[in-house]
Amino acid sequence: MTALGVSNVEVVYNEVVLVLRGVSLTVPEGQIVALLGANGAGKTTLLRAITGLLDVHHGRVTKGSVSLSGADITRADPAKRVKAGLAQVMEGRRIFAELTVDENLRTGAMSRRNREAFDDNRARVLEMFPLLAGRLRSTAGYLSGGEQQMLAIGRALMASPDVLLLDEPSLGLAPRIVDQIRDIIVQVNESGTSVLLVEQNANMALQAAHHGYVLEHGRIVKDGPGQDLLADKDIREFYLGMGESGRRSFRDVKTYRRRKSWGS
Amino acid sequence: MNALAPVLASVSGTDFIQNLVSGLALGSKYALIALGFVVVFRATGVINFANGAFVLVGAYMTYQFFQTWEINFYLSILLAMAFGFLLGVVLEALVLRRLVGEAPFTVIMVTIGLLFVMDNVVTAVWGATNLDLGDPWTGNVVEVGGVRMSHRDLWAMAFTATVLAAFLAFFRFSSMGLAMRATAADPEAALAQGISARAVYRVAWGIAGLVAALAGLTFATGNANIQPTLGLIALAAFPAMILGGMDSPLGAVIGGIIIGLVQQMTELYAFEYLEWAGRNPQTVAPYVVMIIILLVRPYGLFGTPEVRRV
Ligand SMILES: Nc1ncnc2c1ncn2[C@@H]1O[C@H](COP(=O)(O)OP(=O)(O)OP(=O)(O)O)[C@@H](O)[C@H]1O
Ligand SMILES: [Mg+2]
Repeated sequence: MTALGVSNVEVVYNEVVLVLRGVSLTVPEGQIVALLGANGAGKTTLLRAITGLLDVHHGRVTKGSVSLSGADITRADPAKRVKAGLAQVMEGRRIFAELTVDENLRTGAMSRRNREAFDDNRARVLEMFPLLAGRLRSTAGYLSGGEQQMLAIGRALMASPDVLLLDEPSLGLAPRIVDQIRDIIVQVNESGTSVLLVEQNANMALQAAHHGYVLEHGRIVKDGPGQDLLADKDIREFYLGMGESGRRSFRDVKTYRRRKSWGS
Repeated sequence: MNALAPVLASVSGTDFIQNLVSGLALGSKYALIALGFVVVFRATGVINFANGAFVLVGAYMTYQFFQTWEINFYLSILLAMAFGFLLGVVLEALVLRRLVGEAPFTVIMVTIGLLFVMDNVVTAVWGATNLDLGDPWTGNVVEVGGVRMSHRDLWAMAFTATVLAAFLAFFRFSSMGLAMRATAADPEAALAQGISARAVYRVAWGIAGLVAALAGLTFATGNANIQPTLGLIALAAFPAMILGGMDSPLGAVIGGIIIGLVQQMTELYAFEYLEWAGRNPQTVAPYVVMIIILLVRPYGLFGTPEVRRV
């Protein structure tokens, strides 16, 4: 069964800037799928096409379709998609800084009207993130970066989604926290949620993912099982900064980056 | 201290307290209007100048229900408030809905346009002459320790206290209140949680219409107080809202009360001590106070500075 399907999607900003040029990918039910890509490749844009947030950015899906558990949602409004089982952790965390931790969690459950499910979800989330449990009444904006990311994930889980999207959850976090977040993603997936994980930290993402895609200049240029990509020479060079000869210097990787294009 | 001594000596103590009470009552009416500004600003980030028209329509609709259709006075108030809610919701759906995503400036200009259109509609329907509401409060006073308090003033203060309490409870405990705060803090992130921005805007405008209707009524009581210029009174509540900090209900009320007190006191002392300030210093005083407070506290007295972790 396909939890989330993206088929041949094209996205244009401001009616002129073509950013996605026919992207297709599939998140099978119960799996973690990683989406890798450099800055500006179009990863966030693809997530916006899936969640319906393109409008806010004057963007539009001009071709192709998005489906959730088999139902077409290409033109549905964002609230409907959340109701249908889609939740996301946005790039940059985007927690509500002025609200308390508890209020942030409540906003995540806004699309669910069931009181019992709310209490269960909240208990589950707090068990997963004990740090948050102790700070429910704190203003969310004063949490540390790692705690804010946990809150953003917890908030998304409050909607008990079938499919969870995460946009670069490891960004700007210490390695130890990144590992923690990876483990949480695996744990969430094991309890039945399908995951689309957008990352630039290929190492972290591919350790967790069943399958991975590489996006470049608005096109999928490579895909394969997570373990295969992790072992892939090009991926290792490009995303992990490691050649056959071991770790390359940062400068080497940068020149490599400029030369290398997946497409050609 | 020395400079104030002759001022205090010139008016008797009761006079002073009397004016304090009147200022408080006037202030609580401004506070009601400011609360209407706050709810729309908080949810949508737009300063709603059409609020003045809601105040106007509220006053005339109370007259319509009470005088023309001879419905019970208190029921008339409730009906006028319900009408205000509907008016807010309908305007949001017909006009403001189409402007979502436009620059705030555009939306603000449209609300000014709405103010003038509704002003004209009101004059067309009810005429330009002043009307008597004929409310049961006017003329009734209670006296406490030599200070006379009119029933209309007491009611105005009770309304403000009730609405403030309702607002605080609404924003704090209700789902819709939380949705409004989330939408105000980060509209895109709120959408991402499945919060319907449309519902949030609609309810915010409805509440603004409802509260403004109540405010309009408090200004309309008394003799010949229903007049087309009522809409302009909302402008005097504007500094109250800025003073309080735009997004804080408590701030709106305290700002309103400060403005009311300042106006009342300026009027009291203007004759003797502010001759140089022209004929109507009390209409200017609120703005002077607003400017001074903003210089010291740019977010107003109770506004939320952005929460950022550094
Ligand atoms: N609102 C917008 N209007 C016009 N162009 C945009 C807009 N948002 C993004 N773009 C462009 O679309 C391209 C893809 O951007 P996107 O944010 O999807 O990339 P990304 O892969 O998420 O990058 P990053 O890793 O830096 O987050 C970029 O060239 C960007 O400049
Ligand atoms: Mg991005």
